[in-house]
Amino acid sequence: MTSVEDKFEESKKLGLQIVKESEEDRLMTLSVGPQHPGSGHFRFTIKVDGDYIVYCDPDPGYVHRGEEKMCEYRNVIQNIPHLERPVIHDSSNITYSYSLAVEELVGIEVPRRGQFIRAIASELNRQVYTLYWLAIYGIFLGHSTMFMWPMGDRELFIDLLEALTGARVTHAYNIPGGVRNDMPDGFKDRCMRQVRYFEKRLKEYEDIFYNNPLFRQRTEGVAVLSKEDAIKLGVTGSVVRASGIPYDIRKAEPYDIYNEIDFKVQYMKTGDCFARSYVPFLDMKESCHIIEQLLDKMPQSGEVRAKLQPNPKGPPGEAYRRVESGRGALGYYIVSDGTPKPYRVKISVGSFRNMLALPYLLVGQKLADMPAVYWSLNYWPVEADR
Amino acid sequence: MADQVKKRFGESIKVVFIKPLRIKIQVDPKDTVEVATFLRDTMGFDHAESVAGTDYPKENQIEVIYHLGSYTREDLAAHVFSLTTRTNRDDAHLPTLINVYKSVEYHERETFEMLGVYFEGHPRNDRFLLPEDWADIPPLRKDFRIKGR
Repeated sequence: MTSVEDKFEESKKLGLQIVKESEEDRLMTLSVGPQHPGSGHFRFTIKVDGDYIVYCDPDPGYVHRGEEKMCEYRNVIQNIPHLERPVIHDSSNITYSYSLAVEELVGIEVPRRGQFIRAIASELNRQVYTLYWLAIYGIFLGHSTMFMWPMGDRELFIDLLEALTGARVTHAYNIPGGVRNDMPDGFKDRCMRQVRYFEKRLKEYEDIFYNNPLFRQRTEGVAVLSKEDAIKLGVTGSVVRASGIPYDIRKAEPYDIYNEIDFKVQYMKTGDCFARSYVPFLDMKESCHIIEQLLDKMPQSGEVRAKLQPNPKGPPGEAYRRVESGRGALGYYIVSDGTPKPYRVKISVGSFRNMLALPYLLVGQKLADMPAVYWSLNYWPVEADR
Repeated sequence: MADQVKKRFGESIKVVFIKPLRIKIQVDPKDTVEVATFLRDTMGFDHAESVAGTDYPKENQIEVIYHLGSYTREDLAAHVFSLTTRTNRDDAHLPTLINVYKSVEYHERETFEMLGVYFEGHPRNDRFLLPEDWADIPPLRKDFRIKGR
């Protein structure tokens, strides 16, 4: 990546420097968000020199709700419905790692069928989230078809989850001990049919969007994050995998039945906006493959939920458990003092970690590339604010 | 792994627990930077996943815990190394780890505003997630109560 100074020199050669005043006067400060459709509920201040961004300062917190404090007032089961509010599109994943941590603290063994069903719910939710993100990415790069198609196909998975859990979003389905209820009759066939249809659709997505020369020009080689910098910044999920690090919690630290599933960690080496937007797409493909395997290998009958005492509690201790969500590693650090209510809950989310890359990547880019860079980080403001 | 750290730093380190894939050690605030540098350069834990603070009013202490992970070493991919340190609750000061782990920047800033731990050497100990006009004690301290509860 050329440095900011090089770009200034380049722009000077082209005669682009119109105002010849002192350095400070030349810069213009722009505020993006927090109610701007291009950023979600997130505000960041940028300074531009002509067309180039020279400074960026994220200012999250517009939708901060104090989830971590709220957890200290409720018992472990009561915490489920409010914990999924930060990412309603990915609610099965955000309660998944919470359930794993609580199970470790309380000492709950999840029945095998329950493990399979909650993995299916979390994979379906991953599709819902990624499709939503892809739709927004499409519309902000001026590709209206890429807004309509994922929004439409997202309904497939929402309908499946509605049949499974009874709610279109915010399912409160993955709970400590397993899942809330068993699958309805005929779910397996329906799910298989829709996933196979969706796999065909993904090929069309690739043709109209990812192979589109306009999209490629806007993303290829833009805002490159090198492997070393990705490690240094500690980014996660599709961002780190786009920079050539095949790190996926499902493979690195398999939870529940993921060690029995055969899948590949999807990653790319270029680290540009195209890679960061293509890795989630590859994830969707792989996720279809995972859902098919889960449905095939699932035990046909059995319990889906372990029996819990009314106010589950374990000995004092702490647990840190992670899952791979749509936006990367999602970890819960829970400290228990032996009472039914957690003493401290810390949610480590992918969006918060990836936010650190935003000022790093935006500086030196053109203002017109800002949406392409920002949305490529797979950033979900509500999740980062918690 | 705990033995390796113990061997290098001796008695100044207290191993809190060793569970499968999870190790937690506690160090003195003055040693955190040195231990973190050792963990990064020798042990291969190259990034911080999260930084959490826990308030213990009975002991008049605040515990800050760094969860460290590794991208570069495949054998450490499943491990999370917890580095903790404790500070006095009335005058909460800790050295920052930002020069060792760049990835703690926002996490430490969040810990500052949520628990009131001042990180010495951190470029910005200021407001992050809370409203700009927040005028109460740090909300994740135990003596802060949600109104009406």
